Amino acid sequence: MNSLSLSAVSNPVPRSLPLPNPVRRAAFGKIVLNEARLTWRRPVGLIGGVGIPLLLLVIFGELPAFKQHQASFGGITIFDAYVPILAAFGLAMLALLGVPIPLVSYRELGVLRRLSTTPVPPFLVLAAQAVIQMVIAVTTVVVILVVSVAAFGAPAPVSPAGLVLSVAVSIAGLLPIGLLIAAVARTSNAASVIGRLTFFPLMFFAGLWLPRALMPTVLLDISNYTPLGAAVQAMQDSMQTGFPPAAPLLVLTGYALVFGFLARRFFRWE
Amino acid sequence: MGVTAVEIEHLRKTYGSVVAVDDVSFSVTEGEIFGILGPNGAGKTTTVECAVGLRPPDSGTIRLLGLDPRADRERVHEIVGVQLQASAMPAKLRVGEILDMYRSFYREPADVDGLIEVLGLAAKRGDYYKSLSGGQRQRLSVALALVGRPKIAVLDEMTTGLDPAARREAWDLIEDVRASGVTILLVTHFMEEAERLCDRVALVDNGRVVALDTPPSLAARARGGKTVRFVPSAPFEDRLLSELPEVTRVEREARHMVVTGTGELVNAVILTLAAAGVTARDVQLDSSNLEDAFVRLTGKHLTKDISKTQDIIKEGASS
Repeated sequence: MNSLSLSAVSNPVPRSLPLPNPVRRAAFGKIVLNEARLTWRRPVGLIGGVGIPLLLLVIFGELPAFKQHQASFGGITIFDAYVPILAAFGLAMLALLGVPIPLVSYRELGVLRRLSTTPVPPFLVLAAQAVIQMVIAVTTVVVILVVSVAAFGAPAPVSPAGLVLSVAVSIAGLLPIGLLIAAVARTSNAASVIGRLTFFPLMFFAGLWLPRALMPTVLLDISNYTPLGAAVQAMQDSMQTGFPPAAPLLVLTGYALVFGFLARRFFRWE
Repeated sequence: MGVTAVEIEHLRKTYGSVVAVDDVSFSVTEGEIFGILGPNGAGKTTTVECAVGLRPPDSGTIRLLGLDPRADRERVHEIVGVQLQASAMPAKLRVGEILDMYRSFYREPADVDGLIEVLGLAAKRGDYYKSLSGGQRQRLSVALALVGRPKIAVLDEMTTGLDPAARREAWDLIEDVRASGVTILLVTHFMEEAERLCDRVALVDNGRVVALDTPPSLAARARGGKTVRFVPSAPFEDRLLSELPEVTRVEREARHMVVTGTGELVNAVILTLAAAGVTARDVQLDSSNLEDAFVRLTGKHLTKDISKTQDIIKEGASS
């Protein structure tokens, strides 16, 4: 007990000296590490974001009807049409459920409040969550792409650069929606309910139940302006025709800006 | 008097129409253990939340070693370690992982191994937070408050929910921490804790400081002094004692003498009697405590309206 040496009283107190960058970087590294551990130890997000779309991909890949080229799909197979839809599924799961649920539970528990009494700004936890969920999201897209091409004979993406851009813009458009859910939900249960209520309609417009190629014009018009509809459109074009058109990319950028502003405006730390 | 570690002047904080803190002022000297004692809802927690910069005060000034907790927020967070009343950790992080992360937030952190050892958490290092008992969580929370080697530690209801043995261990720890030079601001509603640990105590009620002094002085104020009861070995004149400056009243109750007074009353009485060849037997010192002081000053009991945990009820009954 005598060896306890906690105080730094002998040092003078400098005024308002910002935390040195190496300390801040190391702190962010530790936060990311612990968030990653939590994601791994409570793998609901991993199952929903990676497992389910991958499982659906394999099931669809085994259905003979999905292997036939369809005139109504612009000459591609149903399976090919589902590749970007399932990629969007993974992105949406992670952004709409994977990001807000832990953040809201941290607020409920007082984790964010506790952090705001340390020299480290609590938004680093948001940033860490975003980093981790998006690493998983990118992994999901890559895995879906590789499995679809290598195991089920889907064509390789026509415009890899376009696909990278589409995925990046899709993430940028979806993530702030998840952060806004985290901002408005008071409990993690509420976040989970709001996340699901957002996820399923958006997935409808992404074409999960009715691929975009089969949607009536009215639905397709709506789909074009939903974040997941735009994401699927951008990714599908990159995979099957070439560099995506500006429209879906602009729609997603719009979501990024508007929801980014709202999330920032309404986010509460306690 | 040394350096002023904490200076709060006319702090006021309202939530809508509810006045949480009406007018609170006190200052804490470096190296002191300063207690804020009061019933639930007195404004204790709001006071420390304002003090550490978690909430902006409506009016009044707060300085921690000369720094403003809002304007110099970053620096204040480096020199002040906080243990909050309602704050948990993610269930599936291990004790070591949490400490290691918090350690990385500070430029000159404490040695985690030593801290974990002192707090009796060494065996729990690899355990998930969710598997810790209430007492272990409290100790981890204290560890997190100290891991940055703060100059000021703010501990809010540190021993609430601890069993009596764990509570005494926590008190020992606080004394050790103070011995290393840390100023401690301790929020509590346990009299025993304040009397045992605090150099000075602010009694808070309805958002105001109703009294501020050392625990013995507050207690003495409650009854106008302390009382010594004893059986004298031989008869003597009341005047022998009543002329002492420490003595305010001398009474006889059957065989017992009851002497009321202030200051070093016991020493004065016993030495005077000894000089007169009288021995005092069965000496009982009936000193009033902080609870008495509180009742006298506010007209209410500290723990009366609290039934939050079994533990508090027990504490209330025994004090």
